[in-house]
Amino acid sequence: MNWLTNFVRPKILALVRKDSAPDNLWDKCPACERMIFHRDLEANLRVCPHCDHHLQLGAKARLALLFDGGIYERQDVRGVPVDPLRFRDRKRYGDRLREAQAATGERDAMIVAAGAMGGRTAVVAAFDFAFIGGSMGTAVGDALLEGADQAVARGAPFVVVTASGGARMQEGALSLMQMARTTIAVDKVKEAGLPYIVVMTNPTTGGVTASFAMLGDIAIAEPGAIIGFAGARVIEETIRQTLPPGFQRAEYLLDHGMLDMVVHRRELKERLVRLIGLVMPATSSTALVPVATAG
Amino acid sequence: MRTYLDFEKPIAELEGKIEELRHVSDASGINIVEEVSRLRSKTERQLRQTYAKLTPWQKTLVARHPDRPHFSHVVAALIGDFTPLAGDRRFADDPALLGGLGRFRGRPVMVIGHEKGADTEGRVRHNFGMARPEGYRKAQRLMRLADRFGLPVLTLVDTPGAYPGIDAEERGQAEAIARSIETCLALRVPIITAIIGEGGSGGAIALAVADRVLMFEHAIYSVISPEGCASILWRSADQAAEAAEALKLTAQDLERLRLIDGVVAEPLGGAHRDPEVAIATLGDAIERAFTEVAGTVGEPLREARRERFIAMGRTPIA
Repeated sequence: MNWLTNFVRPKILALVRKDSAPDNLWDKCPACERMIFHRDLEANLRVCPHCDHHLQLGAKARLALLFDGGIYERQDVRGVPVDPLRFRDRKRYGDRLREAQAATGERDAMIVAAGAMGGRTAVVAAFDFAFIGGSMGTAVGDALLEGADQAVARGAPFVVVTASGGARMQEGALSLMQMARTTIAVDKVKEAGLPYIVVMTNPTTGGVTASFAMLGDIAIAEPGAIIGFAGARVIEETIRQTLPPGFQRAEYLLDHGMLDMVVHRRELKERLVRLIGLVMPATSSTALVPVATAG
Repeated sequence: MRTYLDFEKPIAELEGKIEELRHVSDASGINIVEEVSRLRSKTERQLRQTYAKLTPWQKTLVARHPDRPHFSHVVAALIGDFTPLAGDRRFADDPALLGGLGRFRGRPVMVIGHEKGADTEGRVRHNFGMARPEGYRKAQRLMRLADRFGLPVLTLVDTPGAYPGIDAEERGQAEAIARSIETCLALRVPIITAIIGEGGSGGAIALAVADRVLMFEHAIYSVISPEGCASILWRSADQAAEAAEALKLTAQDLERLRLIDGVVAEPLGGAHRDPEVAIATLGDAIERAFTEVAGTVGEPLREARRERFIAMGRTPIA
């Protein structure tokens, strides 16, 4: 064993392997554990063709799915001070941020976009779970505030797609404050008489659920998504009981009255377009006017 | 019997000696008085030294001290004619979150807060201050009631966090907290929050979106408990002291970050050593806070509250 065999050889092998052994062309469904060819998975919107399990969808793919022709305009979110606490656990938060930025190509965990959805302008804010578990820090709060302002300025509905482990603890109490800031954001949309629709995807937990995610005029979830306040492990450790089957799944929340509907990813856009059309008639002239009664 | 924290061991020893001497005083007589007063001043010096440089983890322990004044103590001392109001009108009354009408220094107010309980029986009854959805829904109801009658709202925060249980999840713990935050933000009457012990995460901020947020000198306010943070980021709850440091959860840190408006001094050795003085000081701070916001009412007050939270984290910290 020497430097050549330990370091150089694996690197060369890795380079060669990329072409000859395409083991990354197959994904394993985390639910049914069957193998899925990656193109089939993408073509099926990252829903398992065998068991219908909804795998996580990145923010950009989500936006492409929701906007007409996959075309949308990204909205700038104001810059925020990085790492206000100079937080450090086993790793510096500043390094974690830079790594996440390098890996995802995004500045933070939420993307805001505007575009046509079913022929009408809509603003969508989507979480990228790949960015530090979709955790909510100041930048996510600012993204929500920006999205809300854009929706109000355009008189457009505001759709938020969640995928988040909750507050970003590396920002300490500042991340907690985002629960208030994001609530302010969605209230602005509601006060402007515009619809605020939430689509909860796997997972949506903690401070994200306990703020803007649960405040939707209409609450939608993807099948099987874990949605809750406390993590399952924390609950088990606290009460020392086994959790009921399906606990904190979208269907469980629907049963307990916490959601309006559970919608398959394939039907999501059409359902959003229909709902928005129902709560926001296209122009006032086409709205139904009460017929004057004779007399 | 006083409860001592681990780091208070030297203080416990000194006070133990004083106690012993008081018992033998009748027998031997001479010089005892002098010795007691010498030990007393030594204790005070020790307390002063220890409490002047508490670490964030030590503050966490003080904030959770079993003898610390809780909601009921503060209400008993500061609120006249206190009239508890019960129930969320939907499911149940939650003993972990209390509220009611009363007079603060003569003026009618709505008081809402977490109650941890003072003894074992009380702690179980109040679920250690961990509220369920019905608690947060009661809080919303009382806030709306205050708004309707133009009464200012005072919230007292002291909770390890919202209760993590199957029933709480089933009944929409997340929704209850979210609506509680929304209700704080909707108020057209002043709302003042005092974090008197533990400000645990979502369960705390549900009552703390206020026009002024005060904190006791040794209270803590955090997005996650130091133990929880350590077990996730350090993979071991043993690193709780380091996590407490990193989270910046002390009143002093939060004032520096401009997330709270004032730190209320505690008596030497913490609020539990002299609850009466601690609560009186808190009362004065609450009165000042109400006076500060008294000039603005209705929609402008609500708008100002929103702007305060929107500005958080945007202003550079010196």
